[in-house]
Amino acid sequence: MEFRRRHLLELEGMSREELTLILDTAETFREVLERPIPKVPTLRALTVANVFFEPSTRTRLSFELAEKRLSADLVSFAAATSSVLKGETLKDTARNIEAMKVDMVVIRHSAAGAPHFLSRCLGASVINAGDGCHEHPTQGLLDMMTLRHKFGRLEGLKVAIVGDIEHSRVARSNLHGLRAMGAEVLLCGPTTLLPVEAERWGVQVTHDLDEAISWADALNVLRIQKERQGAGLFPSLREYHARFGVTRRRLERAGKEITILHPGPINRGVEIESDLADSEFSVILDQVTNGVAVRMAVLYLLAGARGALESPSQ
Amino acid sequence: MNQPQPAREVLFKGTRLLDLDTGSEQHTDILIVDGVIAELGQIDIPTFDGELIDAGGTIAVPGLMDMHVHLREPGREDEETVESGCRAAMAGGFTAVCPMPNTDPVADKREVLDFLKERARDQLVELFPIAAVSKGRKGEEIAEMGELVDAGAVAFSDDGDPVHNAAVMRRALEYAKMFGRPVIDHCQELTLTAGGVMNEGFVSTNLGLPGMPAIAEEIMVARDLLLAKFTGGRLHIAHVSTAGAVELIRRARAEGVQVTCEVTPHHFTLTDQAVVGFDANTKMNPPLRTAADVEAVRAGLRDGTIQVIASDHAPHAVEEKEVEFAAAPFGIIGLETSLGLVLRELVDGKVLSLAQALKAMSAAPRAVLGLPEVKIAKGAMANVTFIDPQVEWVVDKSRFQSRCRNTPFHGWTLRGRVFALCNKGLYWRARW
Repeated sequence: MEFRRRHLLELEGMSREELTLILDTAETFREVLERPIPKVPTLRALTVANVFFEPSTRTRLSFELAEKRLSADLVSFAAATSSVLKGETLKDTARNIEAMKVDMVVIRHSAAGAPHFLSRCLGASVINAGDGCHEHPTQGLLDMMTLRHKFGRLEGLKVAIVGDIEHSRVARSNLHGLRAMGAEVLLCGPTTLLPVEAERWGVQVTHDLDEAISWADALNVLRIQKERQGAGLFPSLREYHARFGVTRRRLERAGKEITILHPGPINRGVEIESDLADSEFSVILDQVTNGVAVRMAVLYLLAGARGALESPSQ
Repeated sequence: MNQPQPAREVLFKGTRLLDLDTGSEQHTDILIVDGVIAELGQIDIPTFDGELIDAGGTIAVPGLMDMHVHLREPGREDEETVESGCRAAMAGGFTAVCPMPNTDPVADKREVLDFLKERARDQLVELFPIAAVSKGRKGEEIAEMGELVDAGAVAFSDDGDPVHNAAVMRRALEYAKMFGRPVIDHCQELTLTAGGVMNEGFVSTNLGLPGMPAIAEEIMVARDLLLAKFTGGRLHIAHVSTAGAVELIRRARAEGVQVTCEVTPHHFTLTDQAVVGFDANTKMNPPLRTAADVEAVRAGLRDGTIQVIASDHAPHAVEEKEVEFAAAPFGIIGLETSLGLVLRELVDGKVLSLAQALKAMSAAPRAVLGLPEVKIAKGAMANVTFIDPQVEWVVDKSRFQSRCRNTPFHGWTLRGRVFALCNKGLYWRARW
């Protein structure tokens, strides 16, 4: 199958074939990453701008490494404040970057839909590195890659996503991608952190963590943001941990093997017990490695689609 | 756009007069002399040297009124002015508009209303300004309503914001009673909508955008209905958008509460599905709701719970709308697409007859505001909208008369467009 997308904006609407192609491609790049010289010349002709309007260490580093491993030229900048506060619009910022002859823009922004907006103003390919509470497609892909590694399949796999679903772009990308691959998804969190009508995603919803644990093959534990307490969405971190914190005790009570993912950064002792994050159940560091491979795959496939778009006669 | 001309001697041949109450049509010619309807019926003048207009295929109705527009003057003349707003109104078929007072300075003083009237003096379109409920639209103290009525205010509203303080709303309803003027409320319980940018529902859930729940509108509607009942004041609910609000108003009207309301064309046409893709031209307040809400406002129009169609014409500069969804201001322009959407969605959609639909855009808003009825009759001042109801046209935002372009209807095919207007001793023949 040929990858025909111009941008990677979201996993919603992606077919199983497309997702499989990305994950398979990522596997080949994962192999590249294990080599003594983990670098290929594939994207020598490509220039990528990493534009981060929101602080990020892991995702930005992961994209930069992926670009370097593929020999692309890259520039990165972190815009500490939003475009509005800076006085320059997002559109102007992006068009200025593009005028410097950039082929791809990786964007992280606090506003949902910012990458979609950019994709309408730019000729460059846009990769969503997280837009507000909407989606974080490369995170969804790396989680799926990690699960596929661990279980050898995604079809029929039971994945529970635990925590602040409402404000989680990781949850949204995961549930769209996993469902397209035939996995079952359950969302678990306090009523106030589950978005309205979440069942219409075709997922199960529970507020009982033990029930989620006994159902699931894998738990994807989301980071809880402390400022949500100030917004009155849960009473205290203490109560959150008591109800929704993943602990060894809970796993022992369920009496089963379970795989734990976390998109990071971890609030140790809040959403997950510190020792559990480093335990035999955790695949958190695998996720980080797979993140580079998945981003290499996305860059590679989009670059290929661009080539096809630019000279269809070839 | 071509300019209106003095209506010294104009003969419209072959139009049909549409009776908005009965829906009956009467073939007629209309002779206008010095802005007054001089003759109706079959008119044959062998040596007519005035302006002869072949109005075959058109219908004639009392001049349309949009009772909810934002003209941005004074304050944001880059977005709209009285002059450009009046041109947009003409292009949309309106001979009257009611500008909302959320200008800078706020229309809470005689001087601002005087200024507006002066700016509109030579326009074909008549301005009936709505003044602020509270001084500075701060929602704290009621404005000098008596003086504002003397200066031409037809109603009071802090539109853009609700009158959040119940005591202020109570006093406003009580005080405005003395002048027989309605208080128009933008119903939104602000603590429930804090941070919200679209309707709260599955679409907002999926897009990860903060939602504004329907109950935020309904709670405020319910409060206002109770206050209207308690005070006996005249209440008009702006831009009703939810099924629950329609039902609350329906019940209150059945109980005899003096309440009227309006709906916008976008709220009876679009759902929150339109927000998918994050186009800021689908961001307005109240937000686009669900299909069930669209059905409910249509049912409300059908059974008379909703009397008025008004556009909430809200111009915003291109650079303010061409941003990430959350950063964009609320609102879209509507003057130039309102009539076409009404015919396409409500008349073709079998919600209202043509007469009922046009009544909601002319006689009904005038009745809400207590303005004298406009009649197309011999000896009356000519205030007429001629409509070509059959013409289909494609919305091209680059051709709008408004200074702004913020519409979600660009590229839509609409039916029905203004053919000509007469008002204030002027006439205008539309040329596209």
